[in-house]
Amino acid sequence: MARPYSLALPRPSRLWLPVWQRNALVWRKLAWTSILGNLADPLIYMLGLGYGLGALLPAVDGVPYILFLAAGTVCASTMNTATFEALYSAFSRMHVQKTWEAILNTPARLDDVLFGELMWAATKSLLSGVAILLVLLALGLISSPLALWVLPVILLTGLTFAALGLIVNALAPSYDFFMYYFTLVVTPMLLLSGVFFPTAQLPPALQAVSGSLPLAHAVALVRPLLQGELPAAPGTHLLALLATAAAAFWTATILTRRRLLR
Amino acid sequence: MRAATPLAVDGLRKSYAGNEVVAGLSFAVPPGTCFGLLGPNGAGKTTTLRCCLGLTAPDAGDIRLAGLPVPREADAARRRVGVVAQTDNLDPDFTVAENLLVYGRYFGLSKAEIGARIPELLDFAGLAGKADARVPSLSGGMKRRLTLARALVNDPDIVFLDEPTTGLDPQARHLIWERLKALLARGKTIVLTTHFMDEAERLCSRLMVIDHGRAVAEGAPRELIRREIEPAVVEVFAEFGEAPPVPEWARLHDNLAERLEIVGETAFFYCRDAAPLLAALAGAPGLAYAHRAANLEDVFLKLTGRELRD
Repeated sequence: MARPYSLALPRPSRLWLPVWQRNALVWRKLAWTSILGNLADPLIYMLGLGYGLGALLPAVDGVPYILFLAAGTVCASTMNTATFEALYSAFSRMHVQKTWEAILNTPARLDDVLFGELMWAATKSLLSGVAILLVLLALGLISSPLALWVLPVILLTGLTFAALGLIVNALAPSYDFFMYYFTLVVTPMLLLSGVFFPTAQLPPALQAVSGSLPLAHAVALVRPLLQGELPAAPGTHLLALLATAAAAFWTATILTRRRLLR
Repeated sequence: MRAATPLAVDGLRKSYAGNEVVAGLSFAVPPGTCFGLLGPNGAGKTTTLRCCLGLTAPDAGDIRLAGLPVPREADAARRRVGVVAQTDNLDPDFTVAENLLVYGRYFGLSKAEIGARIPELLDFAGLAGKADARVPSLSGGMKRRLTLARALVNDPDIVFLDEPTTGLDPQARHLIWERLKALLARGKTIVLTTHFMDEAERLCSRLMVIDHGRAVAEGAPRELIRREIEPAVVEVFAEFGEAPPVPEWARLHDNLAERLEIVGETAFFYCRDAAPLLAALAGAPGLAYAHRAANLEDVFLKLTGRELRD
């Protein structure tokens, strides 16, 4: 076993899977409520703004506003689902219910717990992403099979935001702390990443910031795919998401080891 | 593996921010016995357990758990171990049976293997018929017994219990004690922390009193009482409604006991022979007393002092 304080890379064993299974079993009990929650909110926004505001707008980036907004909604909802799971739900299991403490008394290690949580949060964002895609399909907003490539992008985006969320979780003294993350990180990212409007509308200085945000990378991949086109420079965006996910998960692992294995 | 010492700790040290919480503990637990770690709050009991389980790296010392070096091979060692933690950490979203199933999977057990064990585990924990009950609907005692059953899901050789009966009513405590004795009868080894002396006296074949991270006494409970303290205790206090100055009276008669402790308005006389003191008390109106044999709690208080630990 690596020394708990170590900066060692996360090395999960196959015992991450029972951690994932545990969360999946809880989810199954509340699946419909959960899906409804993860689906209703983004859809209300998308339909309300997309058709309501969209009626006032000319084509945005060459497509009807609802179609433009659909890609943003998929990405934003992925970010939200993974973030909520890695903040509030993981914190409940770590700090309130002491579920992690119980797991650490078994052969499973903290690296397994964190990797299981990471995979679970990403799975949940994938589930909500699939649900939204199905609705888009039903509304006739998807016409190309290229849209299927959105699924792996959602998974990767979910992993990225789950990993970032686990960093915040490792630092949080209480639930209130998460407000800082939402106010200072999530909400600005939502507005700077081209979810609601093209980033070209931003002042140049903010455009530079926007280009480096993980949510913007996700949007840059998902939007063309949903519209039946291949994204420009997909490698750059994928690599950016992957690198963020890996670095964030490593950081989260180090910080959580410091918190729980001291 | 059977012949190996289940737990051996040698020269264990652990500091937090320059404060030495465990300051050189050594002990060994023979197979099939119950070993008790006793100490006031903050004595280092829980930290010692965490080190033994490989959940925190010691600053110094050697630990072998189930014959394996810890923390280096702690994951493998924990395959042979069950743990009942101090705080309730059952899964509130699950039923009783689901708690066992989910926990067994962390040991790499298959659903079928765990499922085959569940009836026996529930039976052992007195939870037969409760398989589908949800955790929040269980009483405190049932939750503790479920936690114990969960700790046995991997059929461990060694069971760690951190204050297993804190917060339980007498009925529930006695049931837990009886179950722990049943485990000992099956040849399991138990490592227990507690600050209930009657619990330690009933269960432990050997125990160690620790304070400020150091061992202050070690031995069998009876042996500790014999070795560390006078055999008789007389507690003297004022009768209801009367207010004679107990401390003054006690100080005047302290030659009648080997040791005298005054706590508020009560005097504790520790005697080899209580007869002269009892005679003196017979002639002291307004004073009441209780004469009893010394117990482990007296030893504990003598060794760790009476001041509060928070």
